[in-house]
Amino acid sequence: MAIWVFAETVDGAPRPVVLELLTRARSLGEVSAVALGPGAGQATEALGAYGAGKVFVHEDPAFRDTLATPAVDLLASLIERHQPEAVLFGMTYDGRDIASRLSARLGTALIANATDLDRKDGTLAVISPLFGGTTLVTTISKSKPPALILVRPKAFTAETGGGVTPEVERLTDAIDAAKPAARVLKREKEQAAGPRLEDAAVIVSGGRGLGGPENFGMLDELAAELGAAVGASRAVVDAGWKPYSFQIGQTGKTVKPTVYIALGISGAMQHTVGMKGAKTIIAINKDAEAPIFKLADLGIVGDVHKIVPQLIKEVRSRKGK
Amino acid sequence: MNVIVCVKQIPDPNAPGKLDPQTRRLVREGVDLVLDPGDEHGVEAALQVVEKAGGEVTVVSMGPPKALDAIRKALSMGGTRGILITDPLLENSDALSTARAIAAAVKGQPFDLIICGTESTDGYSGAMPAQLAELLGLPLLSFAKKLEVGDGKAVIDRQTDDGYDVVEAPLPAVVTVTGGINEARYPSLRGIMQAKHKEVKQVGVDDLGLTGQVGAGSLTQEVVQAVPAEARKAGEVVEDKGEGAKRVADFLAQLKVI
Repeated sequence: MAIWVFAETVDGAPRPVVLELLTRARSLGEVSAVALGPGAGQATEALGAYGAGKVFVHEDPAFRDTLATPAVDLLASLIERHQPEAVLFGMTYDGRDIASRLSARLGTALIANATDLDRKDGTLAVISPLFGGTTLVTTISKSKPPALILVRPKAFTAETGGGVTPEVERLTDAIDAAKPAARVLKREKEQAAGPRLEDAAVIVSGGRGLGGPENFGMLDELAAELGAAVGASRAVVDAGWKPYSFQIGQTGKTVKPTVYIALGISGAMQHTVGMKGAKTIIAINKDAEAPIFKLADLGIVGDVHKIVPQLIKEVRSRKGK
Repeated sequence: MNVIVCVKQIPDPNAPGKLDPQTRRLVREGVDLVLDPGDEHGVEAALQVVEKAGGEVTVVSMGPPKALDAIRKALSMGGTRGILITDPLLENSDALSTARAIAAAVKGQPFDLIICGTESTDGYSGAMPAQLAELLGLPLLSFAKKLEVGDGKAVIDRQTDDGYDVVEAPLPAVVTVTGGINEARYPSLRGIMQAKHKEVKQVGVDDLGLTGQVGAGSLTQEVVQAVPAEARKAGEVVEDKGEGAKRVADFLAQLKVI
């Protein structure tokens, strides 16, 4: 059974979620990858190393500069030609748009928020969390193939395997540039200093309990001492204290750091679904009833405004500063 | 400028959700139903567009008859009129059925823009707006944290992992908005009174010409199992009596972070 992975690339490098998907897909069937956009051809070696036996490549700039529609057109025609059983997409901004449009185009199942995949009596079964991860549901496709499955980043650990040089098929399908479409005019970065949230081993994250955007300064300081990335809850982002790129949770990023330090975060399900995969959770909150304490390995009931500055001092003195 | 805004009524997100163990459907009984907080930002964005450019805001929702309350809430914020798609045949619809029903309901309406939240707070697949755009053959401007409309086009700041992209599309277009795009207004008392008299059209599957194409009979997927997830065990919770910072530092040292 052919399982395809939509291999989103950035400047020729596959996104980490793509390698995670390939790793899991290997055990489910014969894996092919579809890599689109300028430089996509450079990704074939990595895609093969993680399990793709075949890679379809089309390097037209439209795949980078126009949202979703060129990729949907191409995937629809490729799917018609090859009839895979399922196509896996990382649940990224672009992955979600493309998979959703494609499901409407083909009239096939779109199963979102997957955190695991399995076979049950030969049928591909998709496991996804509901209600902030308190319930796990298993979903199967009832439509004609392929099932389109959106998998949350960090659901699997990427591991190389197979290590074959994949067969590469270069596509030359024409792109319809006349269609009304959403076109990217400009790209802006607003990344904070330090490691990326997705890659950080330690995350210091702030919630509404911080009281105001000015108090994120002490989080930045603490994060700098710990080599950590700074994150935020939805309440903080909705209030405009931090840009959306800091947001951890159901809407926002899924993170799996070794240590997650939640400061002034109550632990609404919306947030915890994005961070409960952390190996160790430390929480400081003034409300002893806050749900975050049900997840925390160490919880301190107290005032973040007092404890965080003390903690920065304590960390500095232990580091001999 | 005529704007359609799609809204959803959901169980209060602050109350824990439950699935019926037999039917594996969402339990709605005994739970407060509210306008999805994410959709309030969509309504606000729509109102801001017409306040600047003139025109009307039509609020569209699909759901049981009670979903009328969610439409009324959006109308009390300032929406012009509503369309409620409601039909027992649509119970338990998946995202694609919902998109088909909404596409059929708005096809006869003149519009320049359709605004949706990026995803519902309960289902959170975020598929419906893109499916709607596809069915209507329109461009989708997704994950907007800023929206400007004029000269026959819409321009957004589209959220990315490490910043944002400026993206443009000709009208008509579908836009999804993130919570960060605006601060949603509260309905005024006057708005609430006026909303009671605003027109809300109710339509069913037959009215939309979708007999046999939506609802339970055309589901693309089935939930075959629902089980409680393994819960994380709570650790130690201590009250800070001046030693809290030291405890955390000790723990970080033990974890070899420092």
